[in-house]
Amino acid sequence: MSNAKVKAYAQALFAIAQAEGAADAISNELYAVARAYESSDELRNVLGDATIPSERRLQVVEQLIGTRANRATVQIVSMIVASGQVRELPAVFDEVISLSSAGNDQDLAEVRSAVALTDDQQTRLAAALSKATGKTVNLKVVVDPSVIGGLVATVGDKVIDDTVRTRLDNLKTRI
Amino acid sequence: MNSRVIALLASEDPFVSHHWLFPETGEIIYGGLASVIVVGALVKFAGPMAKKSFAERTARIQKQLDDAAAAKVTADGDAKNIRAALGDIAGERARILAEADAQAASVLAEGRTRITSEIAELEAKAEADINAARGRGSDELRNEITVLASRATPLVIAATLNDQAHKDLVEGFISKVGAGR
Repeated sequence: MSNAKVKAYAQALFAIAQAEGAADAISNELYAVARAYESSDELRNVLGDATIPSERRLQVVEQLIGTRANRATVQIVSMIVASGQVRELPAVFDEVISLSSAGNDQDLAEVRSAVALTDDQQTRLAAALSKATGKTVNLKVVVDPSVIGGLVATVGDKVIDDTVRTRLDNLKTRI
Repeated sequence: MNSRVIALLASEDPFVSHHWLFPETGEIIYGGLASVIVVGALVKFAGPMAKKSFAERTARIQKQLDDAAAAKVTADGDAKNIRAALGDIAGERARILAEADAQAASVLAEGRTRITSEIAELEAKAEADINAARGRGSDELRNEITVLASRATPLVIAATLNDQAHKDLVEGFISKVGAGR
């Protein structure tokens, strides 16, 4: 899917979220779904397998988030899965959260951490990133064991990487 | 008269000679003349033909003799040429054999030189290959160790990072980012 198409999808979905009157919540949930999709091979295989009947894949979506997410979120995810564009799901939902952040005059700050951050840590981290970038940030923390330790923050085009994984990679390169 | 002749003829048998060896005189005369006439006719008419025939035969025989002599001369020449050619062939054979021997000796010498050179090159190449393989083996071993170490290190570090270490890393990140501007 082209970048323009991703943006078009995202704008349409964000309009739906706004129409539902819960744009932030739905955007956050879509963001969480995108991260779950990225991190789970099994989920990707099931939702992306065209040989599995569409009804069965929608049933999986319903079972996963049906009771925990906004109804609009479930319907949006189901629509993406049914349309056969599930591989573009992370890109589209990331664009939705970007639109949501922009709507709140914020920049999306995606932080990847090997462990979950406490609320206090998230608050201080958001403040630190706002100070570093000069912008108010919409912090999204993704637990990603592959970073091993430390954090990597992406705000727009800026990446602040202080993970153990990157240090090891640098070390390996030097070796 | 007729009776006397008849009586005479009756008393004289013409087929009986009066002598046991010689014929009658008349018979000799008539026979001699006839013989002279026959011999003369033969000499006159058959003589030139016989003479011509003998002359032709003589000429033919002479020609055959001349041809034989000429053939002998030619054969002698051919024999001479053949003997000369045989001499030339023997000389050529000797020359070719000598040349072949010289070439064989040259080829042999060149072959020995080339083989010696190739053996030296092969030995040098083998030695270089051995050294390269030794170096490559060391490099491969070093790379393998590096790969294994790079694979093991994250696992080891991840296993050794406890909650406090994670917390310190997070706090360190927040402090560094916050202090950045």
